Amino acid sequence: MKISVQSEAFDLGEESTAFAKGHQDQGAVVTFTGIVRDNSDGTLEKMTIEHYPGMTEKALTEIADQAVKRWSLGDALVIHRYGDLVPGEMIMMVATASRHRKNAFEAAEYLMDYLKSRAPFWKKEFLKDGAEWVDAKQEDEDSLTRWK
Amino acid sequence: MKMVDVLYFAWVRERIGVPKEAVETSAATVAELVSELSAREERYAAAFADTSALRVAVDQELTEFDASITGAREVAFFPPMTGG
Repeated sequence: MKISVQSEAFDLGEESTAFAKGHQDQGAVVTFTGIVRDNSDGTLEKMTIEHYPGMTEKALTEIADQAVKRWSLGDALVIHRYGDLVPGEMIMMVATASRHRKNAFEAAEYLMDYLKSRAPFWKKEFLKDGAEWVDAKQEDEDSLTRWK
Repeated sequence: MKMVDVLYFAWVRERIGVPKEAVETSAATVAELVSELSAREERYAAAFADTSALRVAVDQELTEFDASITGAREVAFFPPMTGG
């Protein structure tokens, strides 16, 4: 299992290839990548991601451990960046490996749902006319009930 | 009285003005710590005005405002998380 909280960019191709290698008994690898999205007005200059060093790594490890157990994954990976990012940059990725695709897909969704609302990250958007913290969405909280 | 590190993140940090401070407190729970801080200065009262808009972690574990802080080293306050 690889958990990385980092400010540097990551290479999606390299990470995915490294993750998919060396799992001869795993027939499926699913990856998801989150990208900084500009708003519909095109006024997003940058996004700053703050996190809670120490707790972040712990929370991500716990979430990934849960996913590995629940879906009998062969492996899981979470990379999440912090600091300043501009539209188009990759913020984070998750990857899951399992014997069959259904578990890999479901576990990847679970990882995403949980790390959105339970890992200590906060996004602040810097728009052309000012900065604001991104509000948590009720729908993100609601999506956790699916896994209870 | 005991010392506990209190951490603030995102807009809570901005409103209070520091990311971290050592606080001398006799509070037994998170809620009591919030009351003590709020009584100190307006900036705390403003940040803690609506605790339903806040989340709290004790020693880096998410918990509730009625949780004990006896023996805790670190209490952190922040808005709902927005990762992903």
